[in-house]
Amino acid sequence: MSETTHGTGGLTFDASRRVWPNELNIFGALVLIVLIFEVLGALLMGQSFLFDTQGRFGSIFNEQRLYIIILQVSIVGIIAIGVTQVIISGGIDLSSGSVVGATAMIAMSFAQVAEVNGHPNPKAVFGPAFMDLPVIVPVVVGLACGLVAGLINGLLIAYTRIPPFIATLGMMVTARGVAKWWSKGQPISFPTDSYAMIGNGLGGWMPVFIFVGLAILFQLILKYTVYGKHTYAIGSNEDAARMSGIKVARHKVLVYVIAGMLAALAALVLSSKNLTAQAGMGVMYELDAIAMAVIGGVSLSGGRGSVVGTVLGALIFGVIISGFTFLRLDAYYQEMVKGAIIVGAVVLDQYRQRFASQR
Amino acid sequence: MSDDVILETRDLTKHYGGVHALEGANFILRRGEHVAIMGDNGAGKSTFVRQITGVEQPTRGQIIFDGIPRQFSGPIDAREAGIETVFQTLALADDLDVPDNLFLGREKTLFNLGPFSILDYRAMREATLRGLERTAVKIPNIRNKIRNMSGGQRQCVAIARTATFHSKLTIMDEPTAALGVQETAQVENIIRTLKETGEPLILISHNMRQVFDLVDRIVVFRRGRIVANLNKQETDPQDVVAYITGAKTGAEYQDAA
Repeated sequence: MSETTHGTGGLTFDASRRVWPNELNIFGALVLIVLIFEVLGALLMGQSFLFDTQGRFGSIFNEQRLYIIILQVSIVGIIAIGVTQVIISGGIDLSSGSVVGATAMIAMSFAQVAEVNGHPNPKAVFGPAFMDLPVIVPVVVGLACGLVAGLINGLLIAYTRIPPFIATLGMMVTARGVAKWWSKGQPISFPTDSYAMIGNGLGGWMPVFIFVGLAILFQLILKYTVYGKHTYAIGSNEDAARMSGIKVARHKVLVYVIAGMLAALAALVLSSKNLTAQAGMGVMYELDAIAMAVIGGVSLSGGRGSVVGTVLGALIFGVIISGFTFLRLDAYYQEMVKGAIIVGAVVLDQYRQRFASQR
Repeated sequence: MSDDVILETRDLTKHYGGVHALEGANFILRRGEHVAIMGDNGAGKSTFVRQITGVEQPTRGQIIFDGIPRQFSGPIDAREAGIETVFQTLALADDLDVPDNLFLGREKTLFNLGPFSILDYRAMREATLRGLERTAVKIPNIRNKIRNMSGGQRQCVAIARTATFHSKLTIMDEPTAALGVQETAQVENIIRTLKETGEPLILISHNMRQVFDLVDRIVVFRRGRIVANLNKQETDPQDVVAYITGAKTGAEYQDAA
């Protein structure tokens, strides 16, 4: 089709305007932040941030640090994969942190052992009939919790047309209430060994494995399936999507259900990894997940972004937290810098958008 | 009804409460024919189009399209029957590229897995190129996002939908209202290509020069009624203006006015 590479009138095509994937910019930012910590590390601490300069690991990298960087973001990262889809569709989900809390409590109470060191389980929620259940039971119960929360969010948003912000804010408060009411505020502990594997299996790499696997799966789904295409279309121009025959309401319900179930999965991994569930689990996770997506280039106005971007955003998050620990700076500074980076990412996105529409 | 009629409306009427927006419209479009609908704002042009594209349902009257009486329950219905509309407000998703937009809501898939069906990008790209070729629409790079395109290119993408889906009737609602001189010329060229390939068209336009350049017949609406049905050869712009403003009414429509 070489004859279509020139236009009539003023419609000429300039190859230099070919789209440069935004993910490369974010990857550049990640490399830049690592470099800053390397330089600061060399100047202030006299050691390398990511590289193994003291021969402790027998490889060129500081493997311990790499593991911590990715492990500490993988649980919130699982949530962020769902939040990414919600934001691309033009919505927002504030309920994921509370859904983590409620799901952790409910799932954990179906994952308890009958006896601890020869004594009856002191944290038992249900009677003996609900002890030592196969691991599939708490997993299914947990995912069902996420499904119900997502379904309520989605139905409210799609059919009552209340803003996603309000609907999910309501769910955020409600689900936190459920988490506290479930065991009257008591933590639930002593899970079965098989449940404990969800967060501790594969030599502790299980959360990372689940996060990366889901990220790859949903990156492919968003890019190569009808579901993905419609998610972008609805976030880009909801009226156009409706006029094109997309069942917008039904699709939105599906998006929020997937987000709810991913939050529930994060709750299973988190409670399993900690071997306990508490009503306060997951507080502020929704904001961290949104921040990861935004840093990763997911546009809050909808229609743009990718799971790969969110994964890079999550890694930027992890690098900053590890970097501050590495430099032995106070945790207070971490939060301040995190806040500044979130705002900076949105400002950059706005600037880029204006620049793109001008050419 | 003869075989060469693609669209006929009989006594098509739409009332919004007490407002008679469209009253007893009898309209005929033959295959391969290009007809302009003219009239002042509020004359009933858009109401007429909304009935035949399924956006609204008429109060009374019949729509016969392609030989079959139709009752469209929505725009998707009309589109599936073969009526493709280029809306004044472009129904395009800015963050998607050209094939994505053309196939929005009717994607080609490799395997049917419900919402998770795998998209057949290659087939959609090839169909897009064929459609663009047929309309002589030139878009430099079909993988460019709509956001990065000019108004003319966007309009061309919207028009190219028609050719891609072998629609039986194209309706354009002021397709060049927001375009510059060169872009308008390009859209008009596409309309001429449609004429050459025998695709019927209903064009709503306020631009007298454009109408006389492009169409075979002009139908004038005034105050919800059709007041004139003029062959281009037998009329001139002053005449059409007289019908639009109400200075004249077609002989066969005397009772309506």
